[in-house]
Amino acid sequence: MSNKIKNLTLKIWRQLGPTTKGSFETYKVAEISDEASFLEMLDYLNERLISEGKTAIVFDHDCREGICGTCSLMINGQAHGPQQGGATCQLHMRKFSDGDNIVIEPFRAAAFPIVRDLMVDRSKFDRIIESGGFITAPTGGAPDGNLIAIPKPVSDAAMDSAQCIGCGACVAACPNGAASLFTAAKVAHLNRLPQGQPERFKRVESMVETMDLYFGSCTNHGECQGACPKEISVDVIALLNKDYRKAKFASRKDLAR
Amino acid sequence: MTQATSSHRSPVTGTAVASKRRRLFLLDLYSTAVGKKYVMAITGIALMGFVLTHMIGNLKMYLGASELNHYARFLEELFYPIAPHGVALWILRGGLLAMLVLHLHAAYSLTVLNRRARPVKYQSARDFQIATFASRTMRWSGMIALAFITWHLLDLTFGVVNENVGAKDAEGLKDVYGNVVFSLQRVPVAIFYVIANVLLGIHLFHGAWSIFQSLGWNNPRFNKLRRSFATAFAAIIVIGNVSFPVAVLAGVVGN
Repeated sequence: MSNKIKNLTLKIWRQLGPTTKGSFETYKVAEISDEASFLEMLDYLNERLISEGKTAIVFDHDCREGICGTCSLMINGQAHGPQQGGATCQLHMRKFSDGDNIVIEPFRAAAFPIVRDLMVDRSKFDRIIESGGFITAPTGGAPDGNLIAIPKPVSDAAMDSAQCIGCGACVAACPNGAASLFTAAKVAHLNRLPQGQPERFKRVESMVETMDLYFGSCTNHGECQGACPKEISVDVIALLNKDYRKAKFASRKDLAR
Repeated sequence: MTQATSSHRSPVTGTAVASKRRRLFLLDLYSTAVGKKYVMAITGIALMGFVLTHMIGNLKMYLGASELNHYARFLEELFYPIAPHGVALWILRGGLLAMLVLHLHAAYSLTVLNRRARPVKYQSARDFQIATFASRTMRWSGMIALAFITWHLLDLTFGVVNENVGAKDAEGLKDVYGNVVFSLQRVPVAIFYVIANVLLGIHLFHGAWSIFQSLGWNNPRFNKLRRSFATAFAAIIVIGNVSFPVAVLAGVVGN
């Protein structure tokens, strides 16, 4: 395959801090390889900016292999850019054509304040996890593998939602800034497994109520599913809603005792 | 398996257990966004039931004035003599109004919540992948449908903008048929009627699908049918309702 070279015009959001006013700035980059990743293209631009004595563009990144959930970016109006089932770090420049204009904006939500430029603070996801995204397993000796039998379809379904890397693309893509897909994926992951059953209803109740403090509500657009780098289905949101209803009934029964 | 946290025994230690004051179950559910979506869905089902029944009832106009006027009489006499004249109908209307008010309140509070969730909009154009025109215009289609309902009641129920309301037919019944013909012969009214019903159809196209998600009715066996159901329901309502002004203007109804 021939290695094509591209020249691009980038419109990138620059913002000094959480409270300062930001704006778009235009940069031209030349001779970008087809085989470069999107983040490598930004690295290339940053090196040039540094050598020119300007400040580098701040953006989130870590593993660069699509599993850590650190990278973000709204690229041409799409979270993680114009590709399905991959994070920004897995987006390659072959997806763009020579002479393209690319607009790069940070994820925007009240719960995701901008730290600087394209970097956002997604710690509100941690608040949701802290409220129930775990199991209180005994921490004695490690139990034998396969001690708890789990039917294959159940473990597959749980694994599908456990793939969530917590990148926040669902919130960014949602017209309502809702975190339903994230919360539902985390709830579905544990609520489908036997290990998650003892805290099943307490988990969904507290996670939903924590989510409500920071995020919007689901209106079933389905944009989250389209943006999710792990292609988690909105079906998990239906499961979240069902378990939340059951939890409310269950806690009413508990009160009656 | 259910939670094993509560038991009949008091705590083993002497530590006092603070009892968290709880709201009434339904209010507690309604306080969260998920609960409000339940209200949206349940009231939506009730309103869909009404819209379908209303459309089917109106098809009687194709059978002639007498049939439609007798049907209107039947609705007023519903459950007579158990219930006095018109009482059952007013109870139904009250229920319907309550459903509408709850639907509006839930929609309003969720909209406020959603606006707060993204105070700074995206500064560049969004490229939506899955969201449909219907899902993104629910607020507008809903509000225009609400404006239409207000006009519709003033027109055919209260007769504020319809001089024919109050007239009797040859059999001494309320001339509902004449009211409809009088109303829809006015071209601007007929146009508003058609626009509002198409928007209602768009609203239903997203709403009738959303119900399944909001109520947590998700099953791989029937998931594919949800979209077909919503499309069919919306199409039936729009075709039925839009046929009335067209029939009146074409002279099929009214001569």
